[in-house]
Amino acid sequence: MPDAMKTLIEQLSQLLPADCIITDEESLRPYECDGLSAYRQLPGCVLLPETLAQVQEIMRLCHQHGVPVVARGGGTGLSGGALPLAEGVLLSLTKFNRILHIDPVQRLARVEPGVRNLAVSEAVAGYGLFYAPDPSSQIACTIGGNVAENSGGVHCLKYGLTVHNVMAVKLVTVEGEVLELGSEALDSPGLDLMALITGSEGMLGIVMEVTLKLLPLPSGEQVMLVAFDTIEDAGNAVTRVIAEGIIPAGLEMMDNACVRAVEEFVHAGYPLDAAAILICELDGIDEEITAQRDRMVELMRACHAADVRIATSPEEGRRFWAGRKAAFPAVGRIATDYYCMDGTIPKKHLAGVLSRIAELSKEYGLAVVNVFHAGDGNLHPLILYDISHPGELERAEELGGRILEHCVEVGGTITGEHGVGVEKINQMCIQFSDAERQQFHAIKHAFDAKTLLNPGKAVPTLKRCAEFGAMHVHRGEMKFPDLERF
Amino acid sequence: MRAACAARTPLVIRGGGSKDFYGNPCKGEPLDVTSCRGVVSYDPSELVITVAAGTPLMEVEQTLAAAHQYLAFEPPVHNEHATIGGAIATGLSGPRRPWTGPARDFVLGVDCINGRGERLKFGGQVIKNVAGYDVSRLLTGSLGTLGVILDVSLKVLPQAETEISLIADMPLDRARKFIQDWSGRPVPISGACYYQGNLRIRLSGYESAVMHTATVMGLTPEENTSFWQQLRHQSLDLFTTGGPLWRISLPVTATAPEDFQLMDWGGALYWSKTDMPAERLRDRVKSLGGHATLYRDNGLNVPRFQPLDNGLLALHQRLKAALDPSGILNRGRMYSEF
Repeated sequence: MPDAMKTLIEQLSQLLPADCIITDEESLRPYECDGLSAYRQLPGCVLLPETLAQVQEIMRLCHQHGVPVVARGGGTGLSGGALPLAEGVLLSLTKFNRILHIDPVQRLARVEPGVRNLAVSEAVAGYGLFYAPDPSSQIACTIGGNVAENSGGVHCLKYGLTVHNVMAVKLVTVEGEVLELGSEALDSPGLDLMALITGSEGMLGIVMEVTLKLLPLPSGEQVMLVAFDTIEDAGNAVTRVIAEGIIPAGLEMMDNACVRAVEEFVHAGYPLDAAAILICELDGIDEEITAQRDRMVELMRACHAADVRIATSPEEGRRFWAGRKAAFPAVGRIATDYYCMDGTIPKKHLAGVLSRIAELSKEYGLAVVNVFHAGDGNLHPLILYDISHPGELERAEELGGRILEHCVEVGGTITGEHGVGVEKINQMCIQFSDAERQQFHAIKHAFDAKTLLNPGKAVPTLKRCAEFGAMHVHRGEMKFPDLERF
Repeated sequence: MRAACAARTPLVIRGGGSKDFYGNPCKGEPLDVTSCRGVVSYDPSELVITVAAGTPLMEVEQTLAAAHQYLAFEPPVHNEHATIGGAIATGLSGPRRPWTGPARDFVLGVDCINGRGERLKFGGQVIKNVAGYDVSRLLTGSLGTLGVILDVSLKVLPQAETEISLIADMPLDRARKFIQDWSGRPVPISGACYYQGNLRIRLSGYESAVMHTATVMGLTPEENTSFWQQLRHQSLDLFTTGGPLWRISLPVTATAPEDFQLMDWGGALYWSKTDMPAERLRDRVKSLGGHATLYRDNGLNVPRFQPLDNGLLALHQRLKAALDPSGILNRGRMYSEF
């Protein structure tokens, strides 16, 4: 153990109860990775503080000794954002799990960062309210992590991402000071620091309290299942729905491979011969739903839908959704391992990008199952591989990288909602120029001059990008020669 | 800009000049951006428009209206010169804000030049994008202090099928209670304000849903809906006649200011011509969880924006230095310290 860490732990043991400091290997083990388990690293130590004052003191001491800090919530992140550092502190915020205040009139909830996402909606349902962002990990992921990653979910086409649903945060800085950002009023003086903090992947501060915006629960919903004979028809249908002015609460798409995998798992009654299916949810008051549903049915028929099913009961609606919600575990049953991607593209390129993914899948000899938030163009291709086959993980990662690069090529982005973390750090070299990445580093420096907060994540160094660029040339195929990279 | 950066020449970014009155006065060489003009790309089915910063807002809105879409944050258009760049740089949002979100919620990406003269792109043209820090939303409302916006990509929304205005003469506390009660229900409210003794509610959405809600609410439909346009574009008398005008932002449950002319945003925004001394007003508003902006000055010589606490101000200064190290962009427009 490095000296700085030893001194730090000695000082911390004066401050924290013994069971809040973990240093033995066996107890450190559960913290070695987050939801991206291909990357593992034991932290120098794990701290589980219980009060704001303790967090402030931890930050002061780490700052003084130059020890890096990685914050962790539920550990469900899919990009390795909470991957520990061997020489660093892993700061677990799971003990901060209280809902501090619910204000049904202002429609706000003030919560600690370790509160689970779903626990918020459950706690406010009695007031006829809900918290809209609903990442698929919502039973386990925490609000602190949602703020760090700017999490989305299946309903964000209509209700927005975390950044649209968070009013204020209490932030502990790297020096251990408390800053209050945002407010319960609808705006605050000065720069929009809430926008900067949301999605900053634990690089700018430690979020200790979050004020969430709550929305009135829709009084009803209507789920539809639509099958198509070709991917192109399904893609066009998505585009047409939006162009016609309908914003569904959810609009999800699955390809045939995905439909087969989930049908075998949950028996949702999906048509096995469909090239693609759409799950569409409309919500609002009854009058609104009826008006939207009638137009949807007309549109889907016009877009050559092979089958349009309207759920006739809430149970049937839940069954339509069950398959989509079980897509990841269902794929987990047909493959030993899978690697989940998260690119976003302009919707008009859906069909084109899917056929490009199919080509790449063939080229790399790895099957790809496609499931995505079609309404906002956020793709989650799942690359199937077997980690016990030597070289297959690396091939899966390379294939994933090429899919993301293709997303950038058609005007999209490498990550829609999972974050960059360690996973997509190389692709950041492709999406952003040197000057842009330098600007990110300068912004980080304004918050964290010693680079102690989650260092090495989210924004690659110039050196790393230079090496990544060299690797690409080495393979004999420099991609996007027109993009500035050096 | 690189030359200005090297020589440390202060620049004042200027679009149509329709919001010159907003923010602290600042001095420098004018940098006219109105030549960056036109729609760069617009595909209604993507719900995204990319437009050059110097494009007149009216032109942007006409383009969107042709495809039955609109800017849902309803920026005020003070005159025909007002540009989209100015709307984003000020981040001002209209009556729909509490229900559909402020300007920054709709910003997806920017192409900009920072204070070093580097051309940078942040965000993009897709609705979901979490690669890198959200610099495009940070620039929104930054009053040109961090960078010059060249073009901006915005999420747009389909126009509502129907829109109606309801009106009722009632005392303030009843009006506030009415708004609070209805805001907690899933009904298509798109505006709620109180002016000259009248509560007004605007409903937007599917015709059947709007008509149903209007019936249940029991207020009187208003034939002439031009009030909402005047409110949005700030052309009501209150905005155009003399005297200092305060913009007071408060949590909806906070006590209303004693002296105000117009309540908007369902009770989260007050416009006031109070003669209370600035410091006292600001202390009072701050203790209620809000802040007060001297929106139109007309001779009152006080800083336009509510002062920041020391820790926050220092962070603002460091961020300014990160984007504009020579401090050449709109120096002092937001705060005299940067």
